[in-house]
Amino acid sequence: MHAVPLVGKQPCFSCVAGLVLAASLLLSACSDQPWNRPYPAADAGRNILYSSFSERPKHLDPAQSYSSNEVTFTGQIYEPPLQYHYLKRPYELIPLAATSLPVARYLDAEGNALPDDAPSGTVAYSYYDVSIQPGIRYQPHPAFARDEQGALRYHDLTAADLADVYSLGDFTATGSRELTAADYVYQIKRLAHPGLHSPILGLMSDYIVGLGDYAKMLNKVWQDAGGVQGATYLDLHAYPLNGVHEIDRYTYRIKLHGKYPQLLYWLAMPFFGPVPAEADAFYSRPGMKERNITLDWYPVGTGPYMLTVNNPNRQMVLERNPNFHGESYPSTGEPGDREAGLLNDAGRPLPFIDRIVFSLEKENIPYWNKFLQGYYDSSGISSDSFDQAVSIGAGGEVSLTDAMREQGIRLNTAVSTSIFYTGFNMLDPVVGGYSERARKLRQAISIAIDFEENISIFQNGRGIPAQGPIPPGIFGYVEGDAGINPHVYDTTPRGPRRKPIETARRLLAEAGYPQGRDIETGKPLVLYFDTASTGPDAKARLDWLTKQFAKLDLQLVIRGTEYNRFQDKMRKGTSQIFQWGWNADYPDPENFLFLLYGPNSKVSLNGENAANYRNDAFDRLFDRMKNMDNGPQRAELINEMIDIARHDAPWVWGIIPKQFSLHHSWYLNSKPNLMANNSLKYRRIDPAQRLARQAEWNRPVLWPVIALLLLVLLVILPAFFAFRRQQRMSAFGATR
Amino acid sequence: MFAYIIRRVAYAIPILIGVNVLTFYLFFVVNSPDDMARMHLGQKRVTPEAIEKWKASHGYNKPLLLNRDAEGSGRFTETIFFDKSVRLFAFDFGYSDEGRDIGHDIRQRMLPSLAIAVPALLLGLLVNITFALLMAFFRGTYVDVSGVILCVILMSISGMFYIIGGQYLLAKLFRLMPISGYDVGPDMVRYLVLPVVIGVVSGIGSGSRWYRTFFLEEAGKDYVRTARAKGLSESLVQFRHILRNALIPIVTGVVVVLPLLFMGSLLTESFFAIPGLGSYTIDAIRNQDFAVVRAMVFLGTVLYIIGLILVDITYTIVDPRVRLT
Amino acid sequence: MIKPVILWTDALLFLLTALVVVFIFYARRKPHIRRPWQRIFQGRIAMSSVVILLAFIVIGLLDSLHYRVALEANDAASETHYAIEVLSALDVLTGTLRTREEKSYSAPFATHLYIKENVDLPDGGQARIYPRLEYGGRHLGDGLDDKAADIARRTGLSLLQAVLAGALLSLLLALALARRHGCSSKDMLQRIFTRRTDIPWHIMLLTLTLLLAVIFLVINLASVYHVLGTDKVGKDVLYLSLKSIRTGLLIGTLTTLVMLPFAIFMGIMAGYARGWIDDVVQYIYTTLNSIPGVLLIAAAILMLQVYIANHPELFETTLERSDIRLLFLCIILGITSWTGLCRLLRGESLKLRESEYIQAAVSFGVSHSRIMTRHILPNVMHIVLITVVLDFSGLVLAEAVLSYVGVGVDPTMNSWGNMINGARLEMAREPVVWWSLLSAFLFMFTLVLAANLFSDAVRDAFDPRTVVQRGGK
Repeated sequence: MHAVPLVGKQPCFSCVAGLVLAASLLLSACSDQPWNRPYPAADAGRNILYSSFSERPKHLDPAQSYSSNEVTFTGQIYEPPLQYHYLKRPYELIPLAATSLPVARYLDAEGNALPDDAPSGTVAYSYYDVSIQPGIRYQPHPAFARDEQGALRYHDLTAADLADVYSLGDFTATGSRELTAADYVYQIKRLAHPGLHSPILGLMSDYIVGLGDYAKMLNKVWQDAGGVQGATYLDLHAYPLNGVHEIDRYTYRIKLHGKYPQLLYWLAMPFFGPVPAEADAFYSRPGMKERNITLDWYPVGTGPYMLTVNNPNRQMVLERNPNFHGESYPSTGEPGDREAGLLNDAGRPLPFIDRIVFSLEKENIPYWNKFLQGYYDSSGISSDSFDQAVSIGAGGEVSLTDAMREQGIRLNTAVSTSIFYTGFNMLDPVVGGYSERARKLRQAISIAIDFEENISIFQNGRGIPAQGPIPPGIFGYVEGDAGINPHVYDTTPRGPRRKPIETARRLLAEAGYPQGRDIETGKPLVLYFDTASTGPDAKARLDWLTKQFAKLDLQLVIRGTEYNRFQDKMRKGTSQIFQWGWNADYPDPENFLFLLYGPNSKVSLNGENAANYRNDAFDRLFDRMKNMDNGPQRAELINEMIDIARHDAPWVWGIIPKQFSLHHSWYLNSKPNLMANNSLKYRRIDPAQRLARQAEWNRPVLWPVIALLLLVLLVILPAFFAFRRQQRMSAFGATR
Repeated sequence: MFAYIIRRVAYAIPILIGVNVLTFYLFFVVNSPDDMARMHLGQKRVTPEAIEKWKASHGYNKPLLLNRDAEGSGRFTETIFFDKSVRLFAFDFGYSDEGRDIGHDIRQRMLPSLAIAVPALLLGLLVNITFALLMAFFRGTYVDVSGVILCVILMSISGMFYIIGGQYLLAKLFRLMPISGYDVGPDMVRYLVLPVVIGVVSGIGSGSRWYRTFFLEEAGKDYVRTARAKGLSESLVQFRHILRNALIPIVTGVVVVLPLLFMGSLLTESFFAIPGLGSYTIDAIRNQDFAVVRAMVFLGTVLYIIGLILVDITYTIVDPRVRLT
Repeated sequence: MIKPVILWTDALLFLLTALVVVFIFYARRKPHIRRPWQRIFQGRIAMSSVVILLAFIVIGLLDSLHYRVALEANDAASETHYAIEVLSALDVLTGTLRTREEKSYSAPFATHLYIKENVDLPDGGQARIYPRLEYGGRHLGDGLDDKAADIARRTGLSLLQAVLAGALLSLLLALALARRHGCSSKDMLQRIFTRRTDIPWHIMLLTLTLLLAVIFLVINLASVYHVLGTDKVGKDVLYLSLKSIRTGLLIGTLTTLVMLPFAIFMGIMAGYARGWIDDVVQYIYTTLNSIPGVLLIAAAILMLQVYIANHPELFETTLERSDIRLLFLCIILGITSWTGLCRLLRGESLKLRESEYIQAAVSFGVSHSRIMTRHILPNVMHIVLITVVLDFSGLVLAEAVLSYVGVGVDPTMNSWGNMINGARLEMAREPVVWWSLLSAFLFMFTLVLAANLFSDAVRDAFDPRTVVQRGGK
C-alpha cells in the first residue's frame, strides 16, 4: 500500500525543492551581501586581493618554474639577489636581497686579473661577487622547526609519523632561520640536480664554470643511490661546484666562461633565488611525496608572501610573510608617475595587502563578468571584451568607454616585450633560400599580409606592427621614420604606410610568379601554412590568412595538425610558413636577435631560431654585439644586423602586442612592469570602497523568479482541476 | 546470487586488461615519450639531454611493450606497459607526470563531481517523473500533445546553449548567484544552484519523454484495464499500478548511471570552474598526462562494470521472477 | 572549365542516397514494408518535418557536388591548371553570398560595421567611426532612412511570391493527383483542402509555402543585406550556416552508415550463435563502452593528424584535409556508438532464435547463414531503423560539444559546432555579438527538431509495442 502515500507527496516534492531553493537564496540574502558573491561571507571587506588562474601551475620549484603563470607565485615568494625597479623605464636592475649590484671582474686564461676595459677576446673568465643583506629571515616553515634539544624536529620522520598529515598546515611546529649566501649557492647547484629538470641547465652549463660536469657527476651519484625523484635526498653541500662557491656567510662568487653581462638579468629571476637545504631534506622524508608535500608545491622563501593554501584544483592563497625583512615603496619613478598617484605611497613599508586569493577560472565569459561585477580586482582584456571597455580616439589614443568610467575602472597599457611573427622556413625549396627569387617572394608576402588589419580585427588595436625583431623599450629599437622597415613600408607625411599591393604583385612577378603562376610552367604557386591552432577563433584567423595570400593570387593550403606534430615539423624543418612567438627573458637586444642567429637554428641544432635563418654577415655581427655594453657602437651594430634581416625577410615581422589591463578604482599603485615578477608587494587596495561598490553593482533581480513561479502555478492549476474533475467522473462512472 | 557476483567480478578482469591495453596503445600511438617530455618541460630552451633525463626519471625510457634486450620473462616485465599497468589493479594509481599523487587528487575531486551530479539526478528524476505522469495522465489531450512538443523542443537544443544562456540570464542579468566557482561548507549551495538547475532543465526533454512511454506502456496493459473495469478510481489506478510498475525501468535506468556520477560532467565542470573529475580527465588529455588518463579510464571502466552488476541485482529485487545464474 | 572533385564524404553521401532510393523502389513493391511507411506518411507533423528534412538534404547534396575552377589560360601553361579552392554547386546557387565579405562583424541588416575603425578623412585628419559596409545595404546609397521601407517592401514582395508559388504548386499537385485518381482537378483540390486525402497534402503544401517564403525572403533580402550579419572576418553568417548543413547531415548519417554493418553483423551473430562468439562480442562492446568516448575520439583524430602530417602529398587542398578528418570523426563516432545497437540486436536475436519458425527452419536443415539473413535480419530491421533515426539528432548535437573540447571537425571547416565555439568569445563581448550563436542555434534547432519529430513518427509506426497499443485503443 505504500504507493498511495506517494501520490500525496508528489506535488509536495516540487514544493520542497522550491522551498530549498528559496531558503538557500534567503540564507545568502540574510547575510546582507550580494547573492552572487563568489567568496565566503566572512572575508568581505578584508584586505584581500582577488585574482585568478586558468591552469594549475606545473612547477613552483624555483629551479624549474619558468612560464609566466608559475612565476606569478614564485616571484612573490623567492627573493633572488636582484630585481627590476618597479617604476623606472627603461627597465633598471636594483638590488633585492643583494646589498649592491655585483660588478664583473675579468680573468685571462691563466687566472690573472684583467682591467675592466679588457677586450672580449682576451677575457677567458669573468666572475661576480654577490653580497647579500644580513638579517633576512625565512618564512615560518616546519622544515626549520626545532625541538627542545635544538635538533631539527621533522627531519627524521618516518612514513608512519605522517598518518594524520594531509597538507603542510598539519605540521604544528614551525621555525625560521637567517638567509645565508650558502642558500644561493645551493640553489645554483640544484639547477644541475638529476631529479629536477631545470630548463636553463643547458644554457647555464655553457657559461657557469663546471656546471655541465657537475650535472654529469651528480647524475652518476644519483644513479648509484637508486634515486627517485623527490624522495631521494642528495646533500649538495657535500659536492662542491667549481664555478660557484661561498666566500663568507653573506657573499658568494659565480665564475663564468668569457664575458656574459646578461647574467645580471638572470640574477633577477627565481632560478637564482635561495633555497634552504633543510627544505630539500624535509621534503624528501618518506611519505611526503605521496601527500603532494613537495618543494614543487609548497615553496619556502624569504619574500613578502608565502603560499599557505595550494589546491590547484580550486584555489591558491598567498599570505603575508610575518618574517619579511621589510622593504619600502620606491620614492622615485619616471616623469608622470607622481601625477598618476604612483608615488603617493613612497617610503611606506611593503607589502600592503594581507592576502592574495587566486581562484581557478577556466572560461573567459565567467572571468570577465566577475570582473565587471567587482569580484576580481584587475583584469586583462581579451580582444572580445575590448569594445565594451575601451574606445580609441581619433588620434589613436586609447581611453575607456563611458560605461567603464562610470564604474571607476582604470586602464593601463604597455607595449610588451614579446613578438608574434610569421616565419618562413629558410630550408624550404620554395620560400626559403637566399636567391633573389625567393627573397622577392618573401618580400611580396610580407607586404601582402596586412598586419594593421590583423591588429584591428583580432587584437582590437592592442598591438603595433613590428618593423624588425626588436620591440620598443628594448635597446636598439629605433623610433620614428628611421626605424621603419623600408621593404614593407613607405614613409609618408602622415606616417608610415604599408606599400600598395601593386608593389607586392610587381615583386612577385619579378620573383617569377606573375599572377601567382610559375612563369615557366604556368602552374599556380601553392604555399603551405603549418599550424597547430585550435580554439574558438582559429577558424577566423585561418580564413583571414587565406584572404591575405589571395590578394596576390597565391593559393594557401592550411596544414592544421596537433601540437606535437607541429613541433616535430619545426624540428625537422619540413614546415613552410608558420607562426611563432617569443617572450623576452630579459630586456636586452641579444635576447631577440639570437632568434635569427645561425648557430642557434632549430633544425639540427635544436635552438630557438625557428626560421633556420643563417646569414654569415649577420652571425659575425651578432658575435660582436652580444657581450657589448649598451652604447652608440652597439646600436650601430644592431642597426646593421636589422637591415640585413629586413632585406632577407626570413620573418614577416608580425605584431608586437600591447598589454591592456583594467583595474577597479580601489586597486592602487598599479603600473605595468613586464619584467618584474614580484610586483604584487607594491599593490594596495581599498577594501571598504570595494565592498560598497560590490553591493551597489550586484543587487539581485527577483521579478523573473517570481514570474516563473507564477507561470508554473498557472500551468499546474488547470491540470490539477482537470485531475480532480476526472477523478470525480471516474468515481461516478464506477458507481453507475 | 553471490556466486553470480563473484563470476561477474572475475569476468571484469579481462575487460580491464583489454581497456588498459587499448588506452595504452591509443595514447602512445599519438604521443611518443619524447612528446610527453617536451610537453612537460615547456617550450623554451629544451635540450635533448633534458628530454632523456625526464624520460628516465618518469620511467619512460624503456621499450613500450616488448623488451628485446632482456632475458626470459623480463622481455615483458621490463617495459613501460608492465611498469605502468600492474599497479593499477591494486588501485594504486601512482604519480601523475607532474609528480602529484593521483589517488589523492581523485579522492579530492570526487566530492565536487558528486555534489553536482547527485542533486541534479534526484531533482531531475522528480521533475521528469512529475512531468511524465502529467502527460501520461492527460494522454491524447492538448496537455499531452503540447507537453510532448515541449519535450522535443527542449531536446533539440544543444547543451552548450543551456549553459551559456543560463549563465548569461541568471547570473549576469539577474545576479542571483555566482557565475562560477566552488566552495566547501554551507556556502556550497550558492555555487551549485546554477549548474544543478541547468542540469535538470537540459534533461527534462529526453527524460520525461522517455518516462512517458513507460507510463503509457503500463497503461496499455491488460491488468490496468482490469483494474479500471473493476471500478478503481483513476488516481488509484494511475499511482498504485501504473507508477509502481513503470518505476522498474526507471530505477534500472538510474542504477546504471549511478557509478558513473563519480566521473563528473565535462562541460559543466569547465564552464563553472568546478574542480571535479570530469575536468580532471580533460585536462589530463590536453596536457598529455598519461598517468592520469590511464588512471581515469581504469576507474571509469571499474565503475561502468559495477553499474552493470548493480542493474542485474536491481532486477532481482524489483522483479522476483528474475533469477541470476 | 571545371574539374569535378569527389571527396570521400561526397562519394559516401551519394552512395547512401542511392541506397535510400533503391530501398524506396524495393519497398514500394513489398506491402509488409510499405504499410508502416504509409502510416508515417499519413501523419501531419511527420509530413511537414519530412518537407523540412528534404530541404536540408537537398542543400547538403548540392553542397556535395564539388569542383575546382580552371585558372585562365596562361602563355606558359601547356596544360590547364585548376584553382586550389574547391567550390560546390551550392556556392553557385547562393551567388555572391560567398564573395561579399566585409571587414569584420556587422549586425543583421546593418549598413555599418559593428566596430569602430580609424578612417582617414578627406581633409587629412583621422576619425574613429563605424565605417559603412562594403556590400550590406550598398544599394540604398545615402538614403539610409529608407532602410525600413526597403526591407518591408522586399518582405512583402517575397510573401507575395511565396503565396503565388504555393498556389501554383497546389494546382500542379491537384492536376497530377487528379490524373492518378481519375477525378477532376477541381474535385481533387477540394479534397486536398477539406483534408479528405490519405496523405496530408494540405499540410505539406502549407509547409512548402512557408519554406518558399523563407527562400524568397532570402533571395530578395540576402542579395543586398547580410540577413544574419557577418562574422569576425566579415563572412556572411547566412552563407556559413548554409555551408554547415552538409557537415551536420554527414555527421548524422555517415556515422550510422559506418556503424551499421558492425552492429548488425556482430549483434545477430552473438545472439544467434551464442557460446564463445557471444562472449567475444560482449567482451568487445563492453571494453569499447568502458573507455570514455572523448579519449577514443581524441586519440583517433590525433592518429589521423599524424598520418596526414606524414603523407602531405595525398591531401592537396585544405578541403581534402578537413574532409578526411570529418570522415574519420564519423568512423570513430560510429565505433563508439555501435555498441548500443549491437546489444539491442543481440537481445532480439536471442529471443527470435527460440521462436517456433526459426526452430522449424533449423530442423528443416536450412543453413545458418540463410536463417540469419532471411529470417532474423528482416525481423530486427525495425530496431535498426528506429535506432538510426533516433541517433541522428544526438550526433548532430554532439558535434558542437566535440568542437568545444577541441576534437571536433577541422577548424577550417564550416560547422555549427565551430560557430558555437567561436560564439563563446562573442558572448563575452559587449555589445554582445549574438547573431552567430543565434543562426547556429536556429539552423541546428530546425534540423534536429524536424529529425526528432520524424523519428517519433518512425518509432510509432515500426515499434511493435506502440503498434499493439494503437490497435488496442
